[in-house]
Amino acid sequence: MSSDNSKEAIQEHIRVYMMVFGALAVLTVITVLASFLKVSTSEAIFLALIIASIKASLVAGYFMHLISEKSMIISILLLTVFFFFIMIFLPLISYTDNAGVHVPWVSIK
Amino acid sequence: MEIPYSIEEREDTGLINSKLGIWIFLASEVMLFGGLFSAYIFLRLAAPPGDFEYWASKLSVPMATVNTMVLISSSVSMVMAWASLKLKDFSKFKMYMGITLLCSALFMVIKYFEYTSKFSHDIFPSSSTFMAIYFTLTGLHGIHILGGVVVMLYFYLPFSHQLWHDQPEHFTNRVEALGLYWHFVDLVWIFLFPVLYLL
Repeated sequence: MSSDNSKEAIQEHIRVYMMVFGALAVLTVITVLASFLKVSTSEAIFLALIIASIKASLVAGYFMHLISEKSMIISILLLTVFFFFIMIFLPLISYTDNAGVHVPWVSIK
Repeated sequence: MEIPYSIEEREDTGLINSKLGIWIFLASEVMLFGGLFSAYIFLRLAAPPGDFEYWASKLSVPMATVNTMVLISSSVSMVMAWASLKLKDFSKFKMYMGITLLCSALFMVIKYFEYTSKFSHDIFPSSSTFMAIYFTLTGLHGIHILGGVVVMLYFYLPFSHQLWHDQPEHFTNRVEALGLYWHFVDLVWIFLFPVLYLL
């Protein structure tokens, strides 16, 4: 949160919160409508995650005040994001190792 | 004993201790949910074609959409509760915290109906891989909602209000930490909603 805690500054923050609320509501409706589009699965995933990322940025930036937060918090979060992506994609190595290998569920069915 | 750096910032971090603490906690929460999102991705990659889509079609998109709006509204009312304290308006803080509590209760009621409707159709976590990860992710998220409600009730009920009268800034900083946690819970749902219900 910025250090300006005057009444006017807080009133300005409140105005921004209302605008963000409106944007989040509109983006939620767009997320649902986008799921009805006739696109491939990968395109649908890409679209849904882009919209979710925009919504998450609005929440983190304005409601959690990251847009004006101290560098210590930003450093902690950058480190977290780095390890988050390692954790998400590390198992991909195992998956790509098995590329082209017979898939058991085909015979199970 | 006085808790150090609850109002004034530490020289080395430039932060009050509660804010640094809650952000480190949230970083650990990112890794907790991140691990489960990773599990979802790899379970989906290994699933038979159409399997996840088939089971996801059994979920109620309208209910989840309403829940998304409810949780977003609760995030706004939470930040308004904090802003009210900054404006030294305690009655408005109570009103907005009450709205946040009502939204949380509504979210859990809708989730209850979602879960019971699945159970009544003999759909359980053991029914499929998708349902296993669906109940795990939404169940863990629900536990986080309940945790937030407990802390919100603490600030809403009179026994914590003495701190507001004695040290209003300390009380405001505590509510800010609660708000950061609550927005994180909202943030997790923002990703859960499309991943589980729409894809």
